[in-house]
Amino acid sequence: MPIDYETLKVIWWLLVGVLLVGFAIMDGHDMGVGTLLPFVGRDDVERRVVINTVGPHWDGNQVWFITGGGAIFAAWPLVYATAFSGFYWAMLAVLWALFFRPVGFDYRSKLASPRWRSAWDWGLFVGGAVPPLIFGVAFGNLLQGVPFYFDNQLVSYYEGSFWALLNPFALLCGVVSTAMITFHGAIYLMHRTDASVHARSRTAMLAFGFLLLAGFSAAGIWLQFIPGYVISSPVVPGALPDPLAKTVVREAGAWMGNYRRVPVTVALPVLAYLATLSAMWLATRGRTLLAFVGSSLAIVGVIGTAGASMFPFVMPSSSDPRSSLTVWDSVSSHLTLTIMFFATLIFMPLIVAYTSWAYRVMSGKVTAAYIRENSHSAY
Amino acid sequence: MVSEQLVDLSRLQFAATAMYHFLFVPLTIGMVWMLVIMESVYVMTGKQVYKDMTRFWGKLFGINFALGVTTGITLEFQFGTNWAYYSHYVGDIFGAPLAIEGLMAFFLESTFIGLFFFGWDRLSRKQHLLVTILMAVGTNLSALWILIANGWMQSPVGAEFSYQTMRMEMTDFWAIVFNPDAQAKFVHTVSAGYVTGAMFVLSISAFYLLRGRDIEFAKRSFRIAAAFGLASALSVIVLGDESGYTVGEAQQTKIAAMEAMWETEPAPAGLKLIAGINESEMKNDWEIEIPWVLGLIGTRSIDKQLPGIKDILVENRARIVSGIAAVKALEAVRADAGDEEAKATLERHMSDLGFGLLLRKYVADMDQVTPEIIDRAARDTIPRVTPMFWAFRVMVALGFWFLALFGSALWFSVKGDFADRRWLQRAALWSLPLPWIACEVGWFVAEYGRQPWTIYGVLPTHLSVSTLSVSSLYGSLAGFVGFYTLLLIVEMFLMIKFARLGPGSLGTGRYTNEPAHA
Repeated sequence: MPIDYETLKVIWWLLVGVLLVGFAIMDGHDMGVGTLLPFVGRDDVERRVVINTVGPHWDGNQVWFITGGGAIFAAWPLVYATAFSGFYWAMLAVLWALFFRPVGFDYRSKLASPRWRSAWDWGLFVGGAVPPLIFGVAFGNLLQGVPFYFDNQLVSYYEGSFWALLNPFALLCGVVSTAMITFHGAIYLMHRTDASVHARSRTAMLAFGFLLLAGFSAAGIWLQFIPGYVISSPVVPGALPDPLAKTVVREAGAWMGNYRRVPVTVALPVLAYLATLSAMWLATRGRTLLAFVGSSLAIVGVIGTAGASMFPFVMPSSSDPRSSLTVWDSVSSHLTLTIMFFATLIFMPLIVAYTSWAYRVMSGKVTAAYIRENSHSAY
Repeated sequence: MVSEQLVDLSRLQFAATAMYHFLFVPLTIGMVWMLVIMESVYVMTGKQVYKDMTRFWGKLFGINFALGVTTGITLEFQFGTNWAYYSHYVGDIFGAPLAIEGLMAFFLESTFIGLFFFGWDRLSRKQHLLVTILMAVGTNLSALWILIANGWMQSPVGAEFSYQTMRMEMTDFWAIVFNPDAQAKFVHTVSAGYVTGAMFVLSISAFYLLRGRDIEFAKRSFRIAAAFGLASALSVIVLGDESGYTVGEAQQTKIAAMEAMWETEPAPAGLKLIAGINESEMKNDWEIEIPWVLGLIGTRSIDKQLPGIKDILVENRARIVSGIAAVKALEAVRADAGDEEAKATLERHMSDLGFGLLLRKYVADMDQVTPEIIDRAARDTIPRVTPMFWAFRVMVALGFWFLALFGSALWFSVKGDFADRRWLQRAALWSLPLPWIACEVGWFVAEYGRQPWTIYGVLPTHLSVSTLSVSSLYGSLAGFVGFYTLLLIVEMFLMIKFARLGPGSLGTGRYTNEPAHA
């Protein structure tokens, strides 16, 4: 095979990161729009303006989530199996919140009743706000380790409860994630709307921008005191994946180890700060498209920071540390990783190309006049 | 050991969520091509009515599509939430087509559906038609990759077990893609979708004709649906026969159960039209049979035999006994990776490992296996015959009804006097729910017939589940069924409302039921 197993394992860690970041940038901005919908749109026309900024795109964007799930299944089957069954109720909450989106977008404006429309608006709010919150909480728990173990046949057993996921550090991570996505959505709304919706989005942009900066800093400081995980047995990155073949210890400050060993990774948290600040500055000056690039880079910085802190861990186990899942031992076979790498290499540029074309076709501001003229075809 | 209740509830939840999903998928798969046809005619002729047709049927398509997406989200993640051991054990193979489906197909479909609805004024006619075609291609490619994944569950080719990683691993990607089972399933399933799409347009057009409104719009829609429907009904039957052939090769158990064939019959076997099935004594009390037909469909020959259930039982019992050696050897190798003798034993009995694992439903320790337990496990390998037999017959009977209905619809369309034949319009209208019934029973036959396996011959269903609590399953099952039912009611309400409103809902001013406000 053209690429060796060890390299592919690292490539797939990066690719899962790319898919996560892609999901957060693309589906993230329409989730942010959903979260802001009931607040920046005060009457029906304004709300339809807000909804129609993402109307033609939310469906394609949601595929980042679906494909992310599929890619984790294909590349990290043990993570897919262990995380989604362990976080059972959290995962169901995400899925059920997402149910409101396809129907909310498509059905809301098909009937004139104000109660019907308002109900779907709150549905879209739930579909926008709940997933980023839960993903943040999930990351907060991954950083602390979660209680699970494998038996000798690699059957996974999860020993925690849903409520235990809602601990203070995890909730703080949930706030960071929600702030990041809502900030990003607010900038998108500023770019695509005018008049009062634009003005209210600007206020939201500033509020969530500051919340993101504060939350990210607080989580960073807190992380110094949270015990991280270290593989204490010799690592053979090219070996056949077997999560039970290693030993792992918990160590205070271990999540800072990668920044000492590979100082260039400090660029990631720095990027999170700089990109957020410049996005805020650009947005207040009306350079909304550049600001959107900025908030996208902020997402790269924030998610990258979480990933770089934990590498090579993906899902550490707090109750049986040697069962922890890492990029070395939770992966698919060499052949599957190779095939999926080339599939991604071929299709990802195509996806980016036609998605960009779709945004270009639909570019420009969505205005109240547009909604009135297209009241039977717009969302 | 995993409790049976947990397994049953996990199965029930998967069955419920998958069957809800498949209420929406076939209509999407079929209608998208009808939209391509209507819009192509619009681009070629420039006649406004064809644009209106594309937009109105597209509106109904969108109402359906929204729930297809909603219920589809669940399925991408349910393998992980509820079938964790399955996901680990076969994720190396099964995950790939799901991920490729996202990358190659679902992105395409979902990106262009946005432009389909919102791009009318921003794209040239040809550009918009291209968008519609890409949406259709994406939809059908999506079905292809999902059915490649499903086909592998029915007939697991191109993979082998690795004791080091304790899972199945891919050995030949192209064998999985070109798996005959998957290809036959794909063409049969999308054809069933085309029938569903055609019936939907035919029935609702017939409704307008019966009411004597929007006649020109309805007549044109009816004609397109009749032609597309006849082609689809023919292909669903012919290609269904093709999947009968592949089932015959890979899954003789399924065909024996579908046909209530207890004994191996002399070749070529006859096809039973109906039978009085006596499950406990393993025989049919009476049957009406057409000679030769099953043998021809199942083996494409007049001299090859199809094994009956009793012979399959004997064979499977032997495989279970051999499987015990495989499971024991696997346990030894997992405990001590240097045990060469156990490795050799495992290698010898590898093909029966899955059969040995069937015993885990009854005992954890292979030393405690008794002949009675082996008998029970062997009996488990045959799905219950009665539901298989009758579900299959319902599907086939409906298939022939579709052929007759679309055949007469097209015949009178060509003759030009279908608009006067109210019996035909009524038949079309009342046949509206039938394709959905055919699709659901078809999937029932395919998936219930695979039991007791998730991966045929490789991984038993009862080992595949996540180790969740039974109360979690009750909660999530109730949540899914409640949520979906609510959404289904909303969807039906909107669908009926807009179907009744008709093309007037576009607000163009050319049809009945135009909205009062501009």
